[in-house]
Amino acid sequence: MATMTMAKALNAALADAMLDDERVLVFGEDVGQLGGVFRITDGLQARFGDKRCFDTPLAEAGIVGFAVGLAMSGLRPVVEMQFDAFAYPAFEQIASHVAKLRNRTRGALSVPMVIRVPYAGGIGGVEHHCDSSEAYYAHTPGLKVVTPATVEDAYSLLREAIADPDPVVFLEPKKLYFASADAQLPARTAPFGRAVVRRPGTDATLVAYGPAVPVALEAAEAAREEGWDLEVVDVRTIVPFDDATVTASVRRTGRCLVVTEAQGFAGVGAEIAARVQERCFHALHAPVLRVAGLDIPYPAPMLEHIHLPGVDRVLDTVARLQWDDRPDPRWLAQGSAA
Amino acid sequence: MTTTPQAVRRASPRTRRPATPVAPEPTAGLLPQAEPVRLLDPDGTPLPPRADLPAPPVEALREMYRRMVVGRRFDAQATALTKQGRLAVYPSSRGQEACQVGAVLALRDDDWVFPTYRESMALTARGIDPVEVLTLLRGDGHCGYDPTVVRTAPQCTPLATQCVHAAGLAYGESYQGRDTVALAFIGDGATSEGDFHEGLNFAAVFKAPVVYFVQNNKYAISVPLSRQTAAPSLAYKGVGYGVPSEQVDGNDPVAVLAVLTRAVAHARAGHGPYLVEAHTYRMEAHTNADDASRYRDPDEVEAWRDRDPVARLEAYLRGRGELDDAAVAQVAAEAEEYAADLRTRMNAQPVVDPLSLFDHVFAEPTPQLVEQREMVRAELAADAEGDA
Ligand SMILES: Cc1ncc(C[n+]2csc(CCOP(=O)(O)OP(=O)(O)O)c2C)c(N)n1
Ligand SMILES: [Mg+2]
Repeated sequence: MATMTMAKALNAALADAMLDDERVLVFGEDVGQLGGVFRITDGLQARFGDKRCFDTPLAEAGIVGFAVGLAMSGLRPVVEMQFDAFAYPAFEQIASHVAKLRNRTRGALSVPMVIRVPYAGGIGGVEHHCDSSEAYYAHTPGLKVVTPATVEDAYSLLREAIADPDPVVFLEPKKLYFASADAQLPARTAPFGRAVVRRPGTDATLVAYGPAVPVALEAAEAAREEGWDLEVVDVRTIVPFDDATVTASVRRTGRCLVVTEAQGFAGVGAEIAARVQERCFHALHAPVLRVAGLDIPYPAPMLEHIHLPGVDRVLDTVARLQWDDRPDPRWLAQGSAA
Repeated sequence: MTTTPQAVRRASPRTRRPATPVAPEPTAGLLPQAEPVRLLDPDGTPLPPRADLPAPPVEALREMYRRMVVGRRFDAQATALTKQGRLAVYPSSRGQEACQVGAVLALRDDDWVFPTYRESMALTARGIDPVEVLTLLRGDGHCGYDPTVVRTAPQCTPLATQCVHAAGLAYGESYQGRDTVALAFIGDGATSEGDFHEGLNFAAVFKAPVVYFVQNNKYAISVPLSRQTAAPSLAYKGVGYGVPSEQVDGNDPVAVLAVLTRAVAHARAGHGPYLVEAHTYRMEAHTNADDASRYRDPDEVEAWRDRDPVARLEAYLRGRGELDDAAVAQVAAEAEEYAADLRTRMNAQPVVDPLSLFDHVFAEPTPQLVEQREMVRAELAADAEGDA
């Protein structure tokens, strides 16, 4: 066991994958000599040479499209988008080719690749550096969408992503890059498609992923004082989604709150809430609620703490899970107004 | 008027000559010729040979003629199939036969082609089964052929996106020690898209062996070239990326094959990408569903009939004694046979399996797809029971 940051674990995963499989090429903007703006590719060029880890021209569609061609030639590209919002120029390549080539060619041509995206906020970044863009990818059939919340998961999920036969959008919560934990590498945690109960509890289930997981865990800890014993499920892989683990938990606890940092409207949290409600209706003592970012463009740094779901907002919402069997007065008021 | 001795000295040729030779222009070898390369007159009369551009061997030109005639017949048959409802839509490349066929003839079988929706004729000329080529347009699948077998990417409709794939594939091949060349087709309109520029730039920076082949057929659906660019010609788009470029008369089959052969050789020799613009003309509407009379003058189309690439090559080969009536008739008969066979095979209703919808979304279906597959299977079973 050693104490290390998520950034280091990701770096180790890249290095180990490059060592194990010479087809793996790592490239993007500033990933070579500099080691990436977050240093996730630190030292890879020095160790593996500038043919295995290299800088590209500044063009995100170009980077991803180039990766498509490399994958067609039998290589295993791992590309870095410098920030969430700067991956948007690549969206056409991702949605029209990366996600679809296997399907369009009836399996003849697959383009396994990993698109690493530092995402979400909480780091005081200026605009265009803090978007939660997971819903765009998760809504695109053909992409696996993965986001780690722990140091060991970061390593394990990235190794699995690079080895996966399908393209993977690998979303790295920026605010967790430099959080450290005890980790034993090379770690192998649960595989793709498996959610994990991070904290067992009996009274309600908090479902979260990526940057919202530590918030949910902190809230669960604080909830003990209020007399609530909360379970926290970490989704880990948004696609493929693990209905089984989530629904088993909610059936046990009878209450569910989905916590996401992303804005709520039409988001992944909405999808999870709908799935839980469809599968657990008779086990539920309260409607499935969501705590999400506000439906606003990501705010300026001095106001991001209002936007981001924090422990207090999570606990306030837990309080609305109809603990005394009375419906939430807000729903009644809305109903009568309608 | 008097001059000072100094001024006389400064003006003298001896002192103006620099001590060291002038470095070549940084654009040397990058800019296209000011006029499109031509080796045949529109009537097929050969122009004087050029030292810098070896003429293709005559066997290659006879083969080119054969494939152009068959290709044109294929194209007409495909258009006819839209009228019979056998194809959802067909973008014709009539008038562009020299480009369609020349491009694939310049390549080896193990090279890669990155076609657009316009390239059905090029793909059949490459030897891909026409029924497989038309799968996309018939609507029973997205791509009928196996790209890895025929070394041809699926026909690409998101404009210009294939340009970066070609760069990546070509670089990946050379990275792995193979001398494969990739040829990416693109239309004049699509050169305005970012991915064309990103493709050229990536290919140049990584010295990827790619030939970018622009078929400037003067229109992007209804929009004329003047709305796409203010450049003197699209071939001038290479110089900014350090990519050598050429423009060619796209209706001169001999010139097209010669220029593309040189471009492919350049790429294969490890000198990086090459850009070729062919000036041609789309004789039909954008697709069968388009009405070209809304945006172009019939006289303009008529004028291009005199520059027909098939007639031009036929005249040239006849003039050289390489083609006679019998050979022409034989090729025409082969083209008819090809079309008849296509007609027959396209008349068969394709078999589609609804449950195949769930195949190949991922290597292994997700639990959600397994569930949805089961739902569709049950719906189909219920329908079948209802019918029984
Ligand atoms: C990104 C994108 N935008 C728009 C379209 C719709 N579209 C299909 S073909 C076409 C015209 C393209 O013209 P050009 O590049 O000159 O090729 P041509 O059709 O003449 O062969 C347009 C606008 C598209 N397929 N992709
Ligand atoms: Mg055009």
